[in-house]
Amino acid sequence: MEPMVEMRGVSRRFPGGHYGVRGVTLDVQRGETLVIMGPSGSGKSTLLRCVNGLETLDEGEIIIDGMHVNHLTTNWNKVREEVGMVFQGFHLFPNRTALDNLVLPQVVVRRRPPSEAKATALRLLDRVGLGGKESRYPAQLSGGEKQRVAIARSLAMSPKVMLFDEPTSALDPEMIPEVLDVMRSLAREGMTMLVVTHEIGFAREVAQRAVFLDAGVLVEAGLARDLIDRPETSRCRAFMQRILRRPEGGIAAWT
Amino acid sequence: MYTWHWDELPQYAPLIAAATVRTLQISVVSILFGSVLGVVAGLMRVQPLKPFRFLAAAYVELLRNIPLMLVLYLIYFGAGAFLPVSPFWASALGLSIFEGAYVAEIVRAGIESIDRGQMEAARSLGMSYFQSMLHIVAPQAARRSLPPLTGQFVSLVKDSSLASLVSYEELMLVGRQINSRIFSPFEVFLTIGAIYFAICLFLSLLSRWQEARLARP
Repeated sequence: MEPMVEMRGVSRRFPGGHYGVRGVTLDVQRGETLVIMGPSGSGKSTLLRCVNGLETLDEGEIIIDGMHVNHLTTNWNKVREEVGMVFQGFHLFPNRTALDNLVLPQVVVRRRPPSEAKATALRLLDRVGLGGKESRYPAQLSGGEKQRVAIARSLAMSPKVMLFDEPTSALDPEMIPEVLDVMRSLAREGMTMLVVTHEIGFAREVAQRAVFLDAGVLVEAGLARDLIDRPETSRCRAFMQRILRRPEGGIAAWT
Repeated sequence: MYTWHWDELPQYAPLIAAATVRTLQISVVSILFGSVLGVVAGLMRVQPLKPFRFLAAAYVELLRNIPLMLVLYLIYFGAGAFLPVSPFWASALGLSIFEGAYVAEIVRAGIESIDRGQMEAARSLGMSYFQSMLHIVAPQAARRSLPPLTGQFVSLVKDSSLASLVSYEELMLVGRQINSRIFSPFEVFLTIGAIYFAICLFLSLLSRWQEARLARP
C-alpha cells in the first residue's frame, strides 16, 4: 500500500539563504506514528510545517495520500482539511468556548450542519476527557486541557494525518501525561501521526519509527527503540545522551 | 475687565441647534465612509499580495503627512472648480479619506497584534485566508481596536470644525458668524465648546459600554 505521506528531497530555505530543511526524503506509512527528534533549530518544526503548507517548499515534493502538494495548482485549503496540526502553543481561539472552537471549523470548512457539528464536538471533547467543560473559554482551562481541546479540534475535521509540533513542551510537567494519553490512544486507533517531541518514553512506547534531524538534514532513521537506545551515528548518540541525562528526560524514559 | 453678555445668546439658539445637527451629520457620514475606507486599506496592508499592500501604504502615508485643511481646499476649491461639489460633500469626502488613513493604521495594528498562531491554526484547519480573517482574526482585532478607534472618531468630530473653512455651516462657522454680530467671544465659543465636549464625551461613553459588553472571561 502506498505511504500516507511521502517526502522526496524536501528543502526549505529561509530568507538569507540558510536551509531550514535540506533534502529530506521520508515516508510515513498508513497508521504509523513517526517521531521526529533533534536539537533545537534542527528543522523539525519546519519539516512538519512543510507537510501542511505553513512553509512552502523550495525543492522536492510532498505527496499526501496520493495528492501532490507542492504544485502551483495545489489547493492548500483542501490539503489542510486532511492534515490536522497541533501546536506547541495550543492556539485555541480565545474568544470562543471550547465547544465553539470545535464547531466553527466544521461548519465553515466541512459545511456540516451546526447540530451535527455540535454532536461531533461533544463526542470528541468527551473522548479527550473534557466532557462537561464545553462551555469554558480557553482562559478558563489549564494548559493540558487547552492542548486536549486543540487535539479534539483537529480531530473534528476527520483528518487523515495528524501533525504534532512539540505538543507537550509548553506544559507544566504534571499535565504532560494527560496529553500523551490522548495521543497514545489515537495512535492505537490507527491514526497516522508525525510527532515532534522530546518525550522519550512516549517515542519508545508508541512510535514505530523515529528520525533524527540535525542542521536541517535527516541524519538517522530507524525503529524508534533502536534510534533511542542504540543510535548509530555519533551526532544522534550525543543528542540522546544529552537528553537522557536530563532528570526529566530520564524520568520520562521509564514511565 | 470683560463684561459678560449671556443675555444676547439665546436668540441664536435655533441657529446653534441647526449647526449642531449639521456637525453631527457630517461627523456620522465621515465616520461611516472613513471606517469603510480604513478597514479596506487596513486589510490591504496585511494581506499577502504586494501591489495592494503598496497601494494601501501609499494612501496612508500620503494622507497622514499633509494637513487636513489642505485636503479640504484641494477638494472644494481645486476639484470643485471642475466638478461643482457642495460644501457638505466636499467636507465629508475630505474628512473621510483623511480619517480613513488613520483608521487603516488602527486596523492594521489591531490585526498585527493578534498572535500569528491564530491565523496558522485557522489555516491548518482548512480555512482559507479570507475565512480565517473573517471568523478568527478580525473579531479579535476589532475588539482590541475599539479604544483607539473611539479616539479617532472623537478626533474626527473635532476635525469637522475645519469644514467651516469651505463654508459648510457647522458649529464653528455659525459660532464665528454669531460672534461677529454680538462680539461676545467667550459666551459664544464656550457654548460651542460645551456642545463639542458633550458629543465627544457621549462617543467615549458609548465605546466604554461596548467594550464592557464585548468583554469575555
